[in-house]
Amino acid sequence: MYFGRVVGCVWSTVKNRNLEGHRMLVIQPLTAELANTGQRIICTDCTGAGAGELIYWVRGREASYALLPQEPATDATVVAIVDSIHLKSKVAPAPPPPAAPAPPAPAKGRKPRKG
Amino acid sequence: MILARVVGTVVATRKDPRLEGFKLLIVKPVSPEGKDEAGYVVAVDTVSAGIGERVITVSGSSARMAEGCKDRPVDTAIVGIVDEVHLD
Repeated sequence: MYFGRVVGCVWSTVKNRNLEGHRMLVIQPLTAELANTGQRIICTDCTGAGAGELIYWVRGREASYALLPQEPATDATVVAIVDSIHLKSKVAPAPPPPAAPAPPAPAKGRKPRKG
Repeated sequence: MILARVVGTVVATRKDPRLEGFKLLIVKPVSPEGKDEAGYVVAVDTVSAGIGERVITVSGSSARMAEGCKDRPVDTAIVGIVDEVHLD
């Protein structure tokens, strides 16, 4: 599911019979920081979202499940109107771990003779 | 779904038997303002669209949900003819 903003709507009189009665909205996809990303798409709507609203939408085969039991031919559906987003702000990268202590130097001296 | 403009037709004599009888159109994606975007797609027409018309296409497995396309090898279908796009 992805964030988006409603930026318009589409009127269509002649359409596939199983899409009749469904609203179609123009959606601008957004990043989690609410910056525009990607091209605008057409979504069916099951929430009654209006112009300028922040929504999230689902894509793919699952988009028609949002409109059950009808299952219209849609690959993108607005499934919720967003009230608020809590996003952890970017944090500085963690400092590198402290250097491991050097392994003890091997003991000097002659190796014990075998046998 | 995306907006597209019908720019041509495809004729195929030998094809999957489950595609027989369908009209195949070449569509070019367009922006909501009507500007052409990159690429072309061959789409099955379910609404009797004509050349030059602005249409709504649905792609992926959802295209098979269009009326008349059930259980057929279709991944892009034209499901509506656009009357008007209103941008806020």
